[in-house]
Amino acid sequence: MKSSRRRFLQDGAILTGLVAGTVRSASGQTPGPGPENPAHRSAGFVSAMGERSRFEASARIWSDSSTGRVTSSRTPLQDSKGIITPSMLHFERHHARVPEIDPRRHRLLIHGLVDRPLIFTVAELERLPSISRIYFLECSGNSRNPRRGNAETAQQTHGMTSCSEWTGVPLSLLLQEAGVQREASWLVAEGADAAKMTRSIPLTKAMDDILVAYGQNGGALRPEQGYPLRLLIPGWEGNISIKWLRQIQVVDQPYMTREETSRYTDLLPDGRARQFTFEMDPKSVITFPSGGGNLPGPGFYEITGLAWSGRGAIRRVEVSTDGGANWQDAQLQEPVLRFAHTRFRFAWKWDGGEAVVQSRCIDEQGGFQPTVDELIRVRGTNYNYHHNHIQAWKINRDGSVRNALV
Amino acid sequence: MRWSDFLVMAVFVAVCAAAQAQSPAYGLGRTPSAEEIRAWDIAIGPEGKELPPGKGTAKEGATIYAARCAACHGQTGTEGPFNRLVGGQGTLNTNRPVKTVGSYWPFATTIWDYINRAMPVDNPGSLAPDQVYALTAFLLYRNSIIQETDVMDAASLPKVRMPNRNGFVPDPRPDWKAPVGGRN
Ligand code: HEC
Repeated sequence: MKSSRRRFLQDGAILTGLVAGTVRSASGQTPGPGPENPAHRSAGFVSAMGERSRFEASARIWSDSSTGRVTSSRTPLQDSKGIITPSMLHFERHHARVPEIDPRRHRLLIHGLVDRPLIFTVAELERLPSISRIYFLECSGNSRNPRRGNAETAQQTHGMTSCSEWTGVPLSLLLQEAGVQREASWLVAEGADAAKMTRSIPLTKAMDDILVAYGQNGGALRPEQGYPLRLLIPGWEGNISIKWLRQIQVVDQPYMTREETSRYTDLLPDGRARQFTFEMDPKSVITFPSGGGNLPGPGFYEITGLAWSGRGAIRRVEVSTDGGANWQDAQLQEPVLRFAHTRFRFAWKWDGGEAVVQSRCIDEQGGFQPTVDELIRVRGTNYNYHHNHIQAWKINRDGSVRNALV
Repeated sequence: MRWSDFLVMAVFVAVCAAAQAQSPAYGLGRTPSAEEIRAWDIAIGPEGKELPPGKGTAKEGATIYAARCAACHGQTGTEGPFNRLVGGQGTLNTNRPVKTVGSYWPFATTIWDYINRAMPVDNPGSLAPDQVYALTAFLLYRNSIIQETDVMDAASLPKVRMPNRNGFVPDPRPDWKAPVGGRN
C-alpha cells in the first residue's frame, strides 16, 4: 500500500502539470523556463502514426475485480474538450472480452422474415452509400448509485458516456435490399463476441435512424468499439448497439434475450420491472471544475460540461454556483446536435468561499433533469439503470473539489 | 441542410421508393446457403419454436453442472463467485432483491438460449443440446419450478410457467415530475 502510494506520487510528479488546476496556475505564478531552441527538443520529422505528447496522461480507468473479470472502463470526462471523445478513450463495456476479428473473414448475415436473405462482406458494406453522424453512446448503468460507493470524479460518476462521429450504412437500406416481409416487427441482432450478445430491436427504430457502422472519428472502429462492424442506435442505451455485429434476424416479436430480461430491466419498489427501456434520459454534468480537481485560487474560471439526451437535441443548460438557489443559462457551444454530446460553458468568478456548482439541462421535448430525490421518489432504490439526476460538485475553501452527493 | 447532405437525402429517398417496390437497388451481398443460415440461426424466442431436438432432466444436469458450472456459480448455485443462479423468490419488492433465473427471469426459453450461446464462459458453444436441456432442467429444479424427474425438451420447456412471468411492465418514461409550483 505504502510503496504503491509512493510510486503513484513519483509517477504523479511527472504528471502533476496535467491536472487542470495546476496548468491554469502555472502561467500566472511560477516563471517558466526560458525559451529553448525547439530543434533541440524535437521528437523527429514524421511518423507513420502519431502519438500524443508524452506529457499527456489522460486515460480510461476501471475498478479491479476480485475475480479478475473486468468488464467496463470509463472515459476521463474531466479532461474532455469539445464534444468528441478520442476513440482510444471511448468507454468500454463488454460481456465477454474484446474479440480479435479479421475484417476479411467477417460477415453480416441478414435473414428471417425477408424475401431475400443476404450475406455481406465488410468490403461490400463499404461500397454502399454511407452516412456519418455524431452520436453519443451511454451505458444505461452510468452514474448509478449516486449516494453509495466511492465515486469521487466525473470519470467515476459519469465516465460511461462518450461521443464519436460514426460512419456506416443505414440499417434501413440493408433491410430494403433484403425485402422485409409484412409480419415483421422486430429484429434480433447478434454480435461475434464469445457471448454472442443478442438484443431485440423494434423494426420502427431500424427503419428510422440505426446505423451499421464501420467508421469512428475518421478511422476504422476500435476493437473495443466493435471492429469491424457494429450497430449504432442513436439515443438508446449502449448495450443495444450490438458490437462485432454479425447477424440480423428479422422476426415478429421480441426474443426476450438475457440482456433484455435478466439485465437492462429496471426494478421498481413493488417488485415489478420496466422492460425495453431504450431511451437515455436528458442528462448533463459539469466536467470542470469537477470532483478530484483543484482550483489554485480565487478568480476567473470557465465552468464547462456536457449535456445530452436520448430524446433529441439539448435546448438549454442552466448552471448554479450557489447550491441550487439560483440558476442561470449556460452558453451552448455549436454544433448542438440531436443524440450528441453538447458542450456548455459558463463564465464564473470564484470568490474563494465554499461553493456548490451543478448543471441541469432541458431537451427538445421539454424533458429535464430531476434531482436524486425526485428520481428516487418515483423509482425507488432498486432501479439500477437510467440515472440522470443533477450532479453537484462542492468546492472547498482550499480549492479542492469533491462530489457533493456522497 | 448542406448541399452534400441534401444530395445524400435525395438519393436515399429515391432508394426508399425503389425499395417499396421490393426489389434490391444495389445488388451487393450474396444469397447465403441454407446451411450457412442454419449454422448461425440459434436464437430461441419465448415460444420456443426454434428449440432443437434433444432432452434432459435435472438429475442428468446435476452431473454436468458440477463439472462445468459449479466452479463459477457455486455447488448449489448460490455461492458464486459469479452470478447467483438459485433462490431469491419473494425478494423482488424488498430492499435486498435477489435476481436469479428462478426469481426474476420471465421465460424458461431464455435460460436455454443463454446457456447455449454464452456458457460456460471458458468454452461457450461447447454444450450439446441434450446437455443444455439437462442444465436448464437442473436450474429450474433447484429453483423449485419443476420436479427432479421432469423431462425438458422442445415441447415441455416452453410450457414451464416462470414465477415472475407477469413481472414486467412497459416503459412509461419520462416518469418524474417538476416540483409543485415549478422549478426555480
Ligand atoms: C468461468 C466461469 C463460468 C463458468 C464455468 C460458467 N459460468 Fe455462467 N456466468 C459466468 C459469468 C461471469 C456470468 C455473467 C456474464 C455477464 O454478465 O455477461 C454468468 C452468467 C450465467 C447465467 C446468467 C445469470 C443471470 O442471472 O443473468 C447463467 C444462467 C449461467 N451463467 C449458467 C451457467 C451454466 C449452466 C454453466 C455451466 C455450463 C456456467 N454458467 C458456467 C461465469 C461462468
